Amino acid sequence: MLCDDCKKNEACVHITQISTAGKLDKNLCEKCAAQYGNLVFDANKGFSVNDFLKGIFSSGQTRPEAEETVAHPEIICPNCGMSYNDFMHSGKIGCSICYETFGKRLEPLLRRIHGSSVHSGKIPHRSGGEIEAKQRILVLRKELEDRVVNEEYEQAAKLRDQIKELEKNLAKDAE
Amino acid sequence: MSKEELFTQPQVSWLNGEGAEGDIVLSSRIRLARNFRDIPFPNRADLAQLAKVKELVQSVLPDLEKALACPCRCLSLDDLTKLEKNVLIEKHLISSNHIKNPAHRIAVFSEDLKVSLMVNEEDHLRLQCMVPGLDLKTPLTVAFQLDDVVESKLDIAFNEKMGYLTSCPTNLGTGLRASVMLHLPGLVFTQQIGKIINISPQLGLAVRGLFGEGTEFIGNIFQISNQLTLGFTEAELIENLTGAVKEIITHERAARKALMAYPKDKVVDDVWRSFGILRYARSISDQEVLSLLSKVRLGIDLGIIEDVKAQVFNELLVASQTNYLQNLQENENMSQNEIDKKRAELIRAAFAKSIARE
Repeated sequence: MLCDDCKKNEACVHITQISTAGKLDKNLCEKCAAQYGNLVFDANKGFSVNDFLKGIFSSGQTRPEAEETVAHPEIICPNCGMSYNDFMHSGKIGCSICYETFGKRLEPLLRRIHGSSVHSGKIPHRSGGEIEAKQRILVLRKELEDRVVNEEYEQAAKLRDQIKELEKNLAKDAE
Repeated sequence: MSKEELFTQPQVSWLNGEGAEGDIVLSSRIRLARNFRDIPFPNRADLAQLAKVKELVQSVLPDLEKALACPCRCLSLDDLTKLEKNVLIEKHLISSNHIKNPAHRIAVFSEDLKVSLMVNEEDHLRLQCMVPGLDLKTPLTVAFQLDDVVESKLDIAFNEKMGYLTSCPTNLGTGLRASVMLHLPGLVFTQQIGKIINISPQLGLAVRGLFGEGTEFIGNIFQISNQLTLGFTEAELIENLTGAVKEIITHERAARKALMAYPKDKVVDDVWRSFGILRYARSISDQEVLSLLSKVRLGIDLGIIEDVKAQVFNELLVASQTNYLQNLQENENMSQNEIDKKRAELIRAAFAKSIARE
């Protein structure tokens, strides 16, 4: 975009001038903007984490994928109407369903932010009883491996039994 | 505490200078981010959906009060004046993000202010628990307890693989942000703080200023929090943070010792000069207050100043803030000059009271 005043340089400042004549919006280059006096920058418009995320969102979309999006119509979240493009603008997710809708594309991003994409913390008890048991099994398995490495076979056997018990309960629930 | 006192009393129970390592750690805080299933996140929700979220939270309030065994106050941000909203931020009870658009935004505080819920901030529900000193386990237990109450009645957005779903992917997983507020004059004066700020990201920790994200380091106060939220359990995250904070405390104590050993006269002089200004100044800016207060607090901790209680420092952290002062005068249109004068007056009174108490 070229500067509205000199029409020569690239515009880099947006100003809003309010006078008796009304409100005037202009896009100016640095030189022309300086003629409007000292500029006060909006301190609240500093960088936020979402600005960086926008960058990651866009760069996560590698070139071959970009071609794909041209070929296929854009995926839009059925629950809140958010598109992947919207993420790239706002850096924020729209709703819980978005995570399912865009799951595959979000995964590499999550790994970049957190170094992992698998949750291992607290689980809602009411809706997540089964997940809770599965997670408990994972924790126990890890402990079991450690015990075996340390040659603590007696403890390891106990853990193995616990895991079996949990797995049996899970299978029962599934039926 | 009446609603009136919430805005006019500077004391905050979790900022009272007590608790483990209370001479360095001001407070510990746990925040859990939760969203309700299917309703778009606040940045994407329409007014009716925001109202629905508000109703859902209000429907579980009696259960939350029961679990806490403590009455709660529910404030609609729409009903508060601009000054009142800002006072809540200055007291670290809500975030500046929460007041940007007050429609259907509510805040719930427990009577002792150790629990605060922000509804429709960045996420539908943000549960915060605070305690004085270094102790992340207690607030985590309380937060889990409250989370369990909410989850037993309402459907929470959760995914087996990704954990608790949040508006910003940086909170995904546990939705946990544990943070510890530290006063580190020793490390600042011995110019070692830069190292800590540089190392922290490598340990998965973030260092912020007094008012959180994007704020400056004023008054030698730092907030250290976990940066990662996915792939670790909550217990691991707070353990990692607690370990790092303990390390910082060791360095801070060593730095304070070094300060007393090497240029002792200079430190003592600096402390008393700061005390003198706070005690007798007739006009003072908020920035200046915080940097002087930090030196006075250091003087108290090092035993240089004996007849002032450390709690004055904690109280003035809130009481010297601009919006708090203006709200006290019930005047939104005070000039900078008037505010600075009022601030100096209030600080003189606080010190006079603290000394008289002895």
